[in-house]
Amino acid sequence: MSSQISLNNLVEEAQRLTGSRQNEIRDSIVKSIYSTAENIAANTVSSKIERKTNWDRKIDNVLTSPVWGFPIMFGLLALVFWVTITGANIPSAMLAEGLFWIEARLTDFFLAMDAPSWLHGFLVLGVYRSLAWVVSVMLPPMAIFFPIFTLLEDLGYLPRVAFNLDRFFKKAGAHGKQALTMSMGFGCNAAGIIACRVIDSPRERLIATLTNVFVPCNGRFPTLIALATIFISGSVSLSVSSTLATLSVAGLVVLGIAITLLVSWLLSNTLLKGETSLFTLELPPYRKPQVGQVIIRSVLDRTVFVLTRAMLIAAPAGGIIWLLANTYTGDTSILSVIAGWLDPFARHMGLDGFILTAFILGLPANEIVFPILIMSYVSGSAMMEPASLAALRQLLVDGHGWTWLTALCTMIFVLCHWPCGTTLLTIQREQHKGRWTVLAAIIPTVTGILLCTFVNYLVRGLGLI
Amino acid sequence: MGLTYQSTGTLTTREAFNVPASDNQPVIALAGNPNTGKSTVFNALTGLRQHTGNWPGKTVLQTKGTFIHNGRKYTLVDLPGTYSLLANSIDEQVARDFICFAQPEATIVVVDATCLERNLNLALQVIEITNRVVLCVNLMDEARRKQLRIEINGLSKALGIPVVATAARSKEGLPELLDITCKVVSKQLEPNPKAVRYSPEVEEAISRLEPQIKALFGNSINPRWVALRLLDGDMNLIKNLKKYHHRERIKAAREAFA
Repeated sequence: MSSQISLNNLVEEAQRLTGSRQNEIRDSIVKSIYSTAENIAANTVSSKIERKTNWDRKIDNVLTSPVWGFPIMFGLLALVFWVTITGANIPSAMLAEGLFWIEARLTDFFLAMDAPSWLHGFLVLGVYRSLAWVVSVMLPPMAIFFPIFTLLEDLGYLPRVAFNLDRFFKKAGAHGKQALTMSMGFGCNAAGIIACRVIDSPRERLIATLTNVFVPCNGRFPTLIALATIFISGSVSLSVSSTLATLSVAGLVVLGIAITLLVSWLLSNTLLKGETSLFTLELPPYRKPQVGQVIIRSVLDRTVFVLTRAMLIAAPAGGIIWLLANTYTGDTSILSVIAGWLDPFARHMGLDGFILTAFILGLPANEIVFPILIMSYVSGSAMMEPASLAALRQLLVDGHGWTWLTALCTMIFVLCHWPCGTTLLTIQREQHKGRWTVLAAIIPTVTGILLCTFVNYLVRGLGLI
Repeated sequence: MGLTYQSTGTLTTREAFNVPASDNQPVIALAGNPNTGKSTVFNALTGLRQHTGNWPGKTVLQTKGTFIHNGRKYTLVDLPGTYSLLANSIDEQVARDFICFAQPEATIVVVDATCLERNLNLALQVIEITNRVVLCVNLMDEARRKQLRIEINGLSKALGIPVVATAARSKEGLPELLDITCKVVSKQLEPNPKAVRYSPEVEEAISRLEPQIKALFGNSINPRWVALRLLDGDMNLIKNLKKYHHRERIKAAREAFA
């Protein structure tokens, strides 16, 4: 124990030496370090040219200005979606055509082999077809969206977004760094939740964790984009429709941010009351992104990653859906029984039973919600399979009575519902308490149900549909 | 190597930092301000290929990887990016405690060549804790674009540690960085850092405390640095000193009985 005592003695000795001048001594120590650094830098760094205009600062003054910051943010967001939506249309249609041509050949093969029809149904109409949908609906938007988003990230734009949003988070009683963790959530909510570790205060970290799921992640963006594209294009002329689709996706993202702020404010005024802490946010210098590298990495790390995950889950899910849709109890398939049971409730929210079933079955990964939905609409039904996006639209509208309101409510529910399995596991790992994980699932689900129901009754009440 | 681990007790300290101490694999820490390309250096050295964003606070807790150089395996620990080691935030505490208590065989301080002055503050604080430091002046490509000239030799003389110019994104200078760092690990190269001179009042107080600290901790920790922390009233470090020092004593006692 002697060393502990003498360490205490040392502390006392130091206190005696500094006396009441502790703060001044601290300052003097820091000052000496700074002036040493200044001296060394002055002696070793020289600039060949006179100080150039500080471009970084000039750009920042515009990008983070109170007047221009937000319009530019929204404009960039819209531009990214517009490029994605207009660009994804044609390759999507081509992929669908190619993949369903292969499906027809597979069917021919099974017929030639004289295979039992259940085997053909399970493997081709179930597993293969859901894979084909995942690839044709999700791949093109992802292959365009992720590289652009990664370029913005590399350029250094995201911290500027955080800077712009900072004061709103402070007003909501949350930590300014939540703007950063939220931005990470656009990539992946599980990653966003891990990023919440940068927030020191447990109260603010919890707020950031519980609200992270309100921004659409990599897995949900393609669904939103696909829904907007399929539904809105075809109904009006091409240029109008792509603009509408763009605005609806960008509007949903803004809605997601607004809900994040609102729920953060509610939490910090009820369950999680407390002081807001201060922090410094450095705006990193803009860097020229390595375009080639970015494209390769974003395609490999994000597109292939998300697509693989979606395909791994979609294959068995597709098989299961086919089984559910083709196993009958009495006159109706099991899938129809489940959907029928959920239907009355779903109707209040502007959805239908199949849509809600797809969301529930999509718990392992958000990527597969839409493919599951198409599968459950198609399998077991006498309808011809939709071989193009236009036909898909027809399936939704003529076959299942979709309106723009159904599409809107589905998109809202994509934005606000329980987090995917991975995210829930991450929350549990980070917070160690079951009740926060449960709350993290309940908050967005209740928000989604309320919001969908509200929009549904509002639109119908106003006679807009 | 094995001997020094045991005699200084860093073995248990390293485990507290999630770095396995079982094998005698040398540990190299990577420190630096946020956004200096630290993670790019880390990825390039360890061959990891995750995407690194232009983003402060991306490396939340230290991550580790391994690499092999000249047939020897090394552990590389990527510490969170910090502006100083004065432990104002959790990040700074994590970085500081790792360098000070886990005692890596070498620490690479990554600095941004385009704002050297601000970045040197951290480097100066690291060389107060340990002499086994290599300065990596990264983003040289950016500096060239901004037409900045940096005298690498002059910098090395002023700091008393080896300095390597790199552009990690294009892998420029990385082989040299590895070579020199591994030489520091194997003690073929023993840097002799130049200490920051403080005001006469502070220097006087340091000289009073230093001998007692040395008597208490021996060579396991830099006495001048501990004296400075005692003077600026860093209670957090004192708490950790007790914790880690205590552990060491328990371990020594156990070994004495075993």
